Amino acid sequence: MAEQKKFKNPLSLQLDPALFETAGEDEKAQQVTMRESVSFMRDAMRRLRRNHIAMISLVVIVLIALIAFIVPTFYPYTYTKQDVTAQNLAPFQYSQKEQAKIARGQNVFPHIMGTDALGRDYAIRVIYGTRISLLVGIFSALIVIIIGIIYGSISGYFGGKVDMIMMRIVDIIYSLPDVLIVILLSVAIKDWVSTSKSALISRLGSGMVSIFIVFGLLYWVSMARQVRGQILSIKEQEYVLASRAIGASPARIIRKHMIPNCVSVIIIIAAMQIPSAIFTESFLSFLGLGVSIPMPSLGSLASDARTGLRSYPYQLIFPALSIFLIVLSFNLLGNGLRDAFDPKLRS
Amino acid sequence: MNSKFLAYLVKRLLMALLTIFLVIAITFFVMHAIPASPFSSEKAKSDAVIAALEAKYGFDKPVPVQFLNYLKNILRGDFGLSTGWVGNTVIELIMGGFSYSARIGFTAGLIAIILGIILGSVAALQRGRALDKIIQVLTTALVSMPSFVMATILLLIFALQLGWLPSLGNQPGGLVLPIISLSLYPMAYVTRLQRSSMLDVLGQDYIRTARAKGVRSALVIFKHALKNSLTPVITYAGPMMAYILTGSMVVENIFSVPGLGRLFTNSMLRTDYMMIMGVTIFLATMIILMNFLSDILYKVVDPRIELS
Repeated sequence: MAEQKKFKNPLSLQLDPALFETAGEDEKAQQVTMRESVSFMRDAMRRLRRNHIAMISLVVIVLIALIAFIVPTFYPYTYTKQDVTAQNLAPFQYSQKEQAKIARGQNVFPHIMGTDALGRDYAIRVIYGTRISLLVGIFSALIVIIIGIIYGSISGYFGGKVDMIMMRIVDIIYSLPDVLIVILLSVAIKDWVSTSKSALISRLGSGMVSIFIVFGLLYWVSMARQVRGQILSIKEQEYVLASRAIGASPARIIRKHMIPNCVSVIIIIAAMQIPSAIFTESFLSFLGLGVSIPMPSLGSLASDARTGLRSYPYQLIFPALSIFLIVLSFNLLGNGLRDAFDPKLRS
Repeated sequence: MNSKFLAYLVKRLLMALLTIFLVIAITFFVMHAIPASPFSSEKAKSDAVIAALEAKYGFDKPVPVQFLNYLKNILRGDFGLSTGWVGNTVIELIMGGFSYSARIGFTAGLIAIILGIILGSVAALQRGRALDKIIQVLTTALVSMPSFVMATILLLIFALQLGWLPSLGNQPGGLVLPIISLSLYPMAYVTRLQRSSMLDVLGQDYIRTARAKGVRSALVIFKHALKNSLTPVITYAGPMMAYILTGSMVVENIFSVPGLGRLFTNSMLRTDYMMIMGVTIFLATMIILMNFLSDILYKVVDPRIELS
């Protein structure tokens, strides 16, 4: 057999029967995929889990969120309770009244971060401020996601004239100076909020309401642009044509191709939106346009701390540190998400 | 200058003018949606006095007429009279404040761009080494710090604790801290932009060709790499302007600089609606014009960029 093959004319049409033998068990085993197929989401999550910085940031965010939402339920102090005998205490310092209590053998919970100028426990105020920041970040991201996806997919799906008009509107909104309009609206809304009968609105304060309004009006544009771009390019992809050719329904194409391909963009942009919303809220609160008194916000706490900055620098340090930690963690998580969900963008 | 570029220029200019008009309209109608009259908040005044004041400032006419008048006056550079600083026109106050803000803002922007380009290029050339990592950690930290946190911490450390620099803007050397606090965030941002742009350019074929020809490495870096990597930084000019102008609102308050930002926050306290409108429109116009200029410059500097 081997001898024969050696001298075989390469142009000969004679077939080698060895090529037509049925495959053995070994050969069949080679065809079996060794690894189960990995979906896009799982692949991205795997990449994210390998990114230590992003995972640490995620843990920090979860910890901060747990502290911000659970601690106030059992904390012995409230953010409104004033105590004239305990003004501007340093961290872990007790007022004379509290010292007397301790001397009597009673338990007094320490002021972990001291107290403010009105004798309110500072730790709980910082915790409430953190809660406001997180809420603003998350709700703003939600608003941006909802409006951006709807607007972007309508524009991308219909294309043509509709798309052109919708995108010109986006261009104009994109070039408006957003922070100035937030300030303007909060000035206007402040007046309206103070007379509003709705308990929720007056508790939220003009800054919060105007941030949500402005995010609803202005900030969704980058999301809409990206979603539209994705939908437009996916529409032209061969695999969409192929699946349409095999008879896939539009619903299936949207479910299997459009949404998974948009998810990465949506996640990345939403993650980038959160720190920017938190920045804006703290900036407004610092200017006195944020949440209504006595509700604290990290920005208003930092602003109030300026009056006693020389004597009580920790009143600035705690809210500053808190906002820094939140924004830093969201930024790093956002970078990690971008790397995990869009490997092409990785620098 | 070809016709395609001219068409782009005209289109972009029209777009900028439309945006400025929209800002004016939004500002005007938002401020007029407030139920309270600018005079009702002040101390006890009879209705007749309020009506006389409203007639004096033209607030008694229907809103669309007021808007047209306002628009016409703005075109002539007249932003109306201030109600919070009686006896001053809005434009006078704006110009007075702007002379401070422009000085701080321009210096801060220049420092941010120069240092950012240097740090970003160094980081790219040292990619993966210790210096690159230090620069990356620092810039990540800096872009996570709001301007008011940065400014108050600088004030605390350098003015109150160490006493190296004055804490008030009107003292000699008092503008140093405001300038530093405004420039750190844009500097970090430019550094990151420049780093990725430089890395991109360093991987290009023409850099390899230049190196292969035996061009000195300093020449490769300065003549070929640096020059070509600067374009993305131009696009940041507009957003940087926005950051510096809005950032100066808090920074000027912290360091008591009598600039435009402080004027703006004070006019909010005094509910001086004409001032609020005037400053908003002024700042917005600056930002929109800067965006326009940086867009045009971007296309001029890099002709490869497709005009759309």
